[in-house]
Amino acid sequence: MSKDEEFMPKILAFLCNWCSYAGADLAGTSRLKYPPSILPIRVMCSSRVDPLFIIKAYLGGADGVLVAGCHPGDCHYEKGNYYTRRRFVMLKEVVKGLGLEPERIRLSWISASEGNKYVEVTTEFTEKIKKLGKNSAKNKIFL
Amino acid sequence: MTKALKINKSTEQGILELLKFLLKKGKVKGIFTLKKINKDGSVAYSLITKPDELKYAVPFYPLMPVNAGKLLSRFSLKGSSSEPVAAVVRPCELRAFIELVKREQGSLENIFFISSTCGGVHPIDKSVDGTVEKNLSEYWDAVKKGEIPAELRPACRSCEEFIPYTADMTVDLIGNNIDKQCMIFLNTKNGEEIAKGMDGEFLEKEINKEKIDKLRGKREAEKKKLFDELEVKMNGMDGLIEIFGKCISCHGCMRVCPICYCKLCEFESSDSEYKPSNYESDLKKRGGLRVPPGTIYFQLGRLSHISISCVACGACDDVCPVDIPVAMIFKKVGESVQKMFDYIPGKDVEEDIPLVTFEKEEFAEVEE
Ligand code: SF4
Ligand code: SF4
Ligand code: FES
Repeated sequence: MSKDEEFMPKILAFLCNWCSYAGADLAGTSRLKYPPSILPIRVMCSSRVDPLFIIKAYLGGADGVLVAGCHPGDCHYEKGNYYTRRRFVMLKEVVKGLGLEPERIRLSWISASEGNKYVEVTTEFTEKIKKLGKNSAKNKIFL
Repeated sequence: MTKALKINKSTEQGILELLKFLLKKGKVKGIFTLKKINKDGSVAYSLITKPDELKYAVPFYPLMPVNAGKLLSRFSLKGSSSEPVAAVVRPCELRAFIELVKREQGSLENIFFISSTCGGVHPIDKSVDGTVEKNLSEYWDAVKKGEIPAELRPACRSCEEFIPYTADMTVDLIGNNIDKQCMIFLNTKNGEEIAKGMDGEFLEKEINKEKIDKLRGKREAEKKKLFDELEVKMNGMDGLIEIFGKCISCHGCMRVCPICYCKLCEFESSDSEYKPSNYESDLKKRGGLRVPPGTIYFQLGRLSHISISCVACGACDDVCPVDIPVAMIFKKVGESVQKMFDYIPGKDVEEDIPLVTFEKEEFAEVEE
């Protein structure tokens, strides 16, 4: 990457199969434009995302990690996303408490019909991460 | 008002007499307490069934060789005790045990809990060279005055949870005239029941709030100081690397942690082992890699597992060979996580661990 080239973050996005992945699909089939920063990973439910996945991605150098699932009340497995939400509260506190950057992890509810919201969330998150800059964990040796 | 038993003897004597009484009268069949191994001040938790053996018992000796919650879990993991046992434990040990029971790692059945207003304990290495034993009288003097004894572990110096929540009996040590009297609060029906018939004066009393608050204030101040010092060090990834860079990956902190109960720790499983391809891709990215990698992943991961239930007993600090302030880091992060859920680990066995339950309407702000 040359100096004047703009920094394009790498954002890992865990998308739940039943809502958010379908939402991303809809954005695609509707030919909506969203940033190339997003690397989607399909999971069956947002609650499948072990906080360790997020930690690993962060230490591995991901500039941002997005977890997206069905809106509360709409989880395909009824209550998965309620657990996800509590784990997120916990994880953010852990990250904050260690003096790291909770801004690099994000939880969003995106339904299958919300192609637009998918675009909004990914665009906004990408912009935010661009401002934060590169994740400094990426080239640390003594991890 | 709480029921209390006052014995007109030194607390040290009084409590031993109570334990002897419990055994002799068959109210319990065993006593789980600290026992002296030699004259230098080495102690270990033991189960005692013969009243005579109690002469080596040293309940509330200012050391925590292992968090007793962990031991009681092993004692009751495969089923509850068939006979009643009295366990003399510290408040944080009792809380750890409750957290383990919530995880189905033990049973409360047939165990009476005797705890105390807790003066704290010394680092374990201070027992090996005999300093704890040598300074015992200074320790008890400070406890008597409601002060923080010298050379306590940081976790104890800064502990505000030094009164047990669920003990059947609480021996009052803080700010008490422990040379002359032994004051035991009987908090539960069980506590009252087993104390019945004991020589002493039964009365109604409250723990002296003023003295407790005064000590809590001192410990709060100590906590603030320790947290502030930590915060300066924990700034960003570089700060963390500075702190954990010297970790030798012995995993001692995990092994002695009462909450880390997994038989096979995730971070020791083959899943966490680096494959050649992992090394390759990491090396390409970073241009160098600590071997073995994963020190910070280990602690961040462990925090994600146990911060919700960390009772800040300080056991991890005791074992870290390179003096990483593991306990204070876990206490600091633990407290902030627990605060989010308004949760005090080990306070009430009926209360769900926050991460295995939910409310439908809550934490809307965490979604963006
Ligand atoms: S952490 Fe608190 S309750 Fe535990 S031994 Fe220290 S002072 Fe006592
Ligand atoms: S006890 Fe200390 S050196 Fe051992 S794994 Fe824990 S932090 Fe690292
Ligand atoms: S299936 Fe979408 S969050 Fe559970």
